[in-house]
Amino acid sequence: MKRSIPLAICLVMGVAMMIQFFIPHPISVGFYDLTTKWIRIVGAFALVLGTGSLILYHVDKLQRRRQGWYYSIVTLVAAAATAVIGLGWGVKTGSPLQDVIFSNLLVPLNASMFAILAFYMASAAYRAFRARTREAALLLVAAFIVMLGMVPVGRAIWGKLPELAEWVLSVPNMAAKRAILFGIALGAIATSLKVILGIERGWLGGGKQ
Amino acid sequence: MIPFLILLLAAGQVAPPADTAPPALQLAPPGDIRAFDTPNDAGKSITVRWQAGPGATPETWLVERTGPPESTQVIATTEPADTRCLDEGAADGTKYVYRIAAVAGKDTIWSQPSPPVACSPQVFNTARLNILIAMAIFFALVIYYIETAKKGKSLFVRRIAGLDAVEEAVGRATEMGKPIIYVPGLGSVADIATIASLNILGEVAKKVAQYDSALLVPNRDAIVYTVAREMVKESYAKAGRPDAFKADSVFFVTDQQFAYAAAVDGLMVREKPATNFFLGTFWAESLILAETGATTGAIQIAGTDSIFQLPFFITACDYTLIGEELYAASAYLSREPLLLGSLKGQDYGKMIILTVVIVGSALLLLSKIPSLAFFDQILGFFSVN
Repeated sequence: MKRSIPLAICLVMGVAMMIQFFIPHPISVGFYDLTTKWIRIVGAFALVLGTGSLILYHVDKLQRRRQGWYYSIVTLVAAAATAVIGLGWGVKTGSPLQDVIFSNLLVPLNASMFAILAFYMASAAYRAFRARTREAALLLVAAFIVMLGMVPVGRAIWGKLPELAEWVLSVPNMAAKRAILFGIALGAIATSLKVILGIERGWLGGGKQ
Repeated sequence: MIPFLILLLAAGQVAPPADTAPPALQLAPPGDIRAFDTPNDAGKSITVRWQAGPGATPETWLVERTGPPESTQVIATTEPADTRCLDEGAADGTKYVYRIAAVAGKDTIWSQPSPPVACSPQVFNTARLNILIAMAIFFALVIYYIETAKKGKSLFVRRIAGLDAVEEAVGRATEMGKPIIYVPGLGSVADIATIASLNILGEVAKKVAQYDSALLVPNRDAIVYTVAREMVKESYAKAGRPDAFKADSVFFVTDQQFAYAAAVDGLMVREKPATNFFLGTFWAESLILAETGATTGAIQIAGTDSIFQLPFFITACDYTLIGEELYAASAYLSREPLLLGSLKGQDYGKMIILTVVIVGSALLLLSKIPSLAFFDQILGFFSVN
């Protein structure tokens, strides 16, 4: 029962959603909208479990004084403050949650993390472009052409360089990308089919009962 | 002199004076008004098409709808080049008549009304017939090879280095006494890559339990967190070590992309893991995670179907599962014949696609020859709507 009911629900819903894709009738569209709402509702319940996990994890870390325990204080205080401000002043535009926590804290912090990517790119590029193997040398040459072709100095060096860069991107690069995409699409369909038919049961916990 | 000029003009031998403008073209009503139920939709929509008249180009077109007898209204104004209008305010089953007006300055000239037309919802999207056929062929192939595998026929699967390294990576963590960090991607449970990642997590957790290593699974999605926790718990039980499962080894972090990346980076720097797995859906944070992991000296195995993140993983990780290899991983690791059978079906599906691509390219080239232009219609069947 523990597995057969989820498997049956998965089969029925999987087949229903497949059929829905081919039916434009309002009943079919309504069914699709309804199921997407259900996903959101299930997500809301799971978020409660997630928040519980977050709190328990950090409380435990704090109690056991594990490495970096003081960061847990920041997490717990921030979570509590956000909840209190959100419940007390609401979440609308102009509220402290929107103006202070979201616009003045969360957005700049996110932007800072994103900005770090530039440095990581530089270090990754340095490692990747060391021409130790034939493939790495090929990568280096291709990257050199594309990067130089994208900046004005590239055209100044050789007028045909931007065209060559465009060709690298739109012919060999695109061909490889499409080959990978074909594989991804078929793999995704096969995985879906295996899940729907109950052949792939890993998501149930790996059991076979 | 003047009579002489008049005579010459009459004889067509002298051009008229340059400042005499040619007669202005008259605005003509548009013709061939066709109104029809918009195909393959949920109803409540009528498509109207027309042809510009032979006269002057109008400044704009007006589309007028006459519904139930007492209701006539202009429903749209379109640009001169746009001779098509989608009326999405129609009621199903009600008959409407459409007229188009060409407007230029103060002149408005109306066309003849279209024949009455009513809209209705369709029960099958005929534009997706090609997808249905392709799906049926692919499903048939996968199911055939699954049945073949059930009968005990051995199926060859090529080596995937990244998956062969899983055993070694878990063993290394045990020897070093350091944990393994498994990042199941940032996607939701609705992403196929996340489902594939969770399937691999089950196999990895089983090996971790057998080797008595430590596993840490930080999650970005609350639903993925609950599924991942159950999977790891079950895997420990299957490995015969349910007591070794630690509930706080699988935990929820945050649903914010970069906050999650920062948290996992911090975890890697503090815990100095022996092995990092990055399997699932990733976005811009992929390199932030993989580069931080590389600096800690961990073995890194990554895999994603996010095509733009693959180069980052290939650069910063020791092994990368590219696209479909991620989906094949659970079959490869578990060696279950049923799962391996589906892989074979996938391979034959790819062969069919390859054939269609080659034949389609040839037809496209041949369709440029005027006498073979009908190949375009064959190719039209492969377009997706």
